[in-house]
Amino acid sequence: MDIIEFIVGRYNYWIFITLMMMGLYIVISRGNLVKTIVGLNLFQTSVFIFYISIGKIVGGTAPIIVGNYKADDSYGDGHGDGYGADATVTDHGNSGASENLHDTDGLDLPSNSLSADVPAGGEVSAASGSLHQMPETAADMASGTDAAYASVADAAAQGAEVIYTNPLPHVLILTAIVVGVATTAVGLALAVRIREAYGTIEEDELEAEDHFAEFGVPLHPEQGQGRGQGSQTQGGAA
Amino acid sequence: MAIPGLEQLPVLPVVIPLVAAPLTLLMKPGRAPWAWATLVSWVTFVTTLLLLEGVWVNGPIEYAMGGWGAPDGMTAPLGITYYIDLANALVLTLVAGIASVVFPYAYYSVESEIDHRQTPAFYTALLICFTGLLGVTITGDAFNVFVFLEISSLSTYALVAMGARNDRRALTASFNYLVMGTIGATFFVIGIGLLYQATGTLNMLDLHQQLMGQSNRMVEAGFAFIITGIGLKLAMVPLHLWLPNAYCYAPSAISAFLAATATKVQVYIILRFMFTVFGFEFAFLDVALNAFIILGIAGMFYASFVAVFRDNVKQMLAYSSIAQIGYMLLGISFGTVDGVAASLIHVFNHALMKAALFMGVGCVVLRIGYSNFSAFNGLAKRMPWTAWGLIISGLSLVGVPLTVGFISKWKLMEAAFQTQTIIPPLLIVLLIGASSLLAAIYIGRLAYAMLLQPVPEDAEPVKEAPHLMRITMWIMVLANIWFFFQTDVTVGVATRAAQALLDTGLGYGGAY
Repeated sequence: MDIIEFIVGRYNYWIFITLMMMGLYIVISRGNLVKTIVGLNLFQTSVFIFYISIGKIVGGTAPIIVGNYKADDSYGDGHGDGYGADATVTDHGNSGASENLHDTDGLDLPSNSLSADVPAGGEVSAASGSLHQMPETAADMASGTDAAYASVADAAAQGAEVIYTNPLPHVLILTAIVVGVATTAVGLALAVRIREAYGTIEEDELEAEDHFAEFGVPLHPEQGQGRGQGSQTQGGAA
Repeated sequence: MAIPGLEQLPVLPVVIPLVAAPLTLLMKPGRAPWAWATLVSWVTFVTTLLLLEGVWVNGPIEYAMGGWGAPDGMTAPLGITYYIDLANALVLTLVAGIASVVFPYAYYSVESEIDHRQTPAFYTALLICFTGLLGVTITGDAFNVFVFLEISSLSTYALVAMGARNDRRALTASFNYLVMGTIGATFFVIGIGLLYQATGTLNMLDLHQQLMGQSNRMVEAGFAFIITGIGLKLAMVPLHLWLPNAYCYAPSAISAFLAATATKVQVYIILRFMFTVFGFEFAFLDVALNAFIILGIAGMFYASFVAVFRDNVKQMLAYSSIAQIGYMLLGISFGTVDGVAASLIHVFNHALMKAALFMGVGCVVLRIGYSNFSAFNGLAKRMPWTAWGLIISGLSLVGVPLTVGFISKWKLMEAAFQTQTIIPPLLIVLLIGASSLLAAIYIGRLAYAMLLQPVPEDAEPVKEAPHLMRITMWIMVLANIWFFFQTDVTVGVATRAAQALLDTGLGYGGAY
C-alpha cells in the first residue's frame, strides 16, 4: 500500500518524468528537424509542469491578500474606508503572507523537512516542504488574527481558509516559458532557412549532402549517388 | 563603494549593452552599428575594470536589484542580487576586454561575410550575446543565471547561422547547437528547480547556507542535472559535438568572440556552483571532481588528436578549444586553491590565445576566402603580419616559454604535483606534457604550411589584411607575450579569486 501511495501521491512528478523522457527520446530519435523541435518543446514543457508542481498546494489560492475581504461592504466606493477600518486585518494578512513566503524560504524550518515521508492521509498531493508547512502557517495566521477578524465574522472565516500557493516557481516558469517560445521560434526559423538552402529538413539527407560537399564522395555510394549529385548542384545554385 | 557617485556601477556592465542593443537595430547598415557596438564594448570594459579595481581594493560588492535587498532580520535578499568577487570580476573583465578588441576587428570581416543589410541585426545580436555573457557572470541568483544563459545562447544561435552566406553548413551547425544548448539549459533549470524544492531559495549564498549538511538524493540529482547541463554548454567531452561545426562555420569575428568568451563563462558557472553553492561539505562533490579528471584528460587527448587531422584550420582550432577545456576541468578537479587558480589562469590565457588565433584565421578568410590548409600555404610570404601573429599565438597555445601558454601549463603542473587524486600526480604531469605535444603537432602543421610550403603558383596576389584587423589581432598577440611578464596581474588575481571561491565557509568571496 505504501508503494501505491508513494506512486499515486506524486502522480504529477511521474507525468513530469514521463514527458521529459518522451521529449528527450523524440529529440534523439527523430530525423526530421521540425519533429526535433517538437520533441524539444515537449521536453521543456515537462519542466514547466515540474515547476508548477513545486509551488502548487491543493486548495491554495493566488497570492492575493484576502484579509481585506468584507461581507458588508462593496469594493467600489467603500474601498478607502475599508482600508482604514480594517487596517489591522490587512496588516495581519500581510504578515501572514510574508510569513508564508518566509517559511517556504526555509529560513526558520529544518530545511530537510522535505525529505520527510509521504504526506499523511494523502490529502496533500505532493511532497514538498512548503506543502507541509502551509496549512500550519495558515492556521497560525488565523489564530493570531482572530481578534482582529472578530469584528468581521465572514472575513475571519475567509481568512482561516486561506492557503496561499507559492507564487515564485510560477513566476520563474513564466520566464522559462518565454525562453522556450523564443527557442522554438529560432529553431523553426532555422528549419525554414535549412529547407531553403538544402531543399530538405531530414537529418540523414542533410548529413549526406554535407558529407558530399566535404569529401566529394557520397556518404552511401550504393543509394545516395544520384540524389547527392542532384542536390549538390541545387545547393550550388542556391 | 569604492568610487563615490557610482553606486549603480555593478549593474552597468549588463545594462549598457542591453539598452544599446535595440538601438543598434534602428541604425543604417554599414559603419554606424559597428561604431556604436565598439563604443559600447569600450564603455563596458571601463566599467568592468572599475569593478575589478573596486573588488581588488575593497572586497566583494553586493548589489540588490531594484533595492530588493535583505530586509531587517533576514539573511536572504528578496530580489535578485548581484555579487561580484574577484572570480567574477576577472571573468567579467576578460569578456569585456575581449569584446572591446574583437568588436573593432569585426568591421571588415563582417562586411565581407555578412549581407550588408543584415549588419544592424548582426551587431544587435552580438551586443545581446555580450549582455548575456556578462549577466551570467555577474549575477548571484541561480535562476537569473539560466535567464542570461539563454539570452546569450539564443543570440549565439542566430549569430552562428549568419555564417550561412559563406557556407550553408552554418545553418545545420546552428541547429545542432540549438538542440544541444537547449537540452543543456533545460537540464540546468531542472537542477535549479530541485535545489529550490530542497531549500526554497535561489540566491547562491543562501543556497549554500541551506544546503549545508543536506545530502539527500534530491540535492544530488539537482547537482547532477546542473553539472550535466553546464557540461553540455561547456562542450565538455563527451558532450562537445555541437562545438566544432558551430565555431567552424560561424562568421570569423563570431568564432573569435565565442571561442574566447562563451566557454570561459561556462567554466566560471561550474566553479561557482561547485564551490560557492555546494562546497566541500557536499559529499557528492568528490564524485564530480573524479569525473572531471577522467573527462578532462579524455578531452585533452581525444580532441587534440582529432584536431591533428582536420583540414579546416577553423575546425582544428575548435577541436583544440575542446582540448583546452580539458585542461580547465583538470585544474578544477584537483579541488585545491592552486588547481582552481590554474584553471582560472588558463581561462584567461586561453581566451587571449584563441582570440588571436581565430582573428588571424579571420584575416585569411577575408583575403583568401576560405580557411582550409591550402589557403595557408606560403602565407608567411603573402601575409607576413597575419602569419607571424598566428605563429606566436600558436606557440602560446602549445605552451612555449615567453608566452602565456607557458604560465598556464606551469601552474597546472605545479598544482598537479601538490594534489592527491585517483591518478598519481606524476602521471597527470606527463599526460599534460604529452597532450601539449599533440598541440605542437597541429600548430606545427599550420606553421609548416605557412613558413615552408611554397605559395601556390596559380594564386592571385593578395594584400595584407586591413590595418584595423591587423592592429586588433596584434593587440591580442602582444597580450599573449605581455601577460607572460606581468604574471602578478593574472596569477595574483586568479589565486586570490580561487582562495575566495574555495573559502566556502565564508560564502561568496569570503574575506576578499
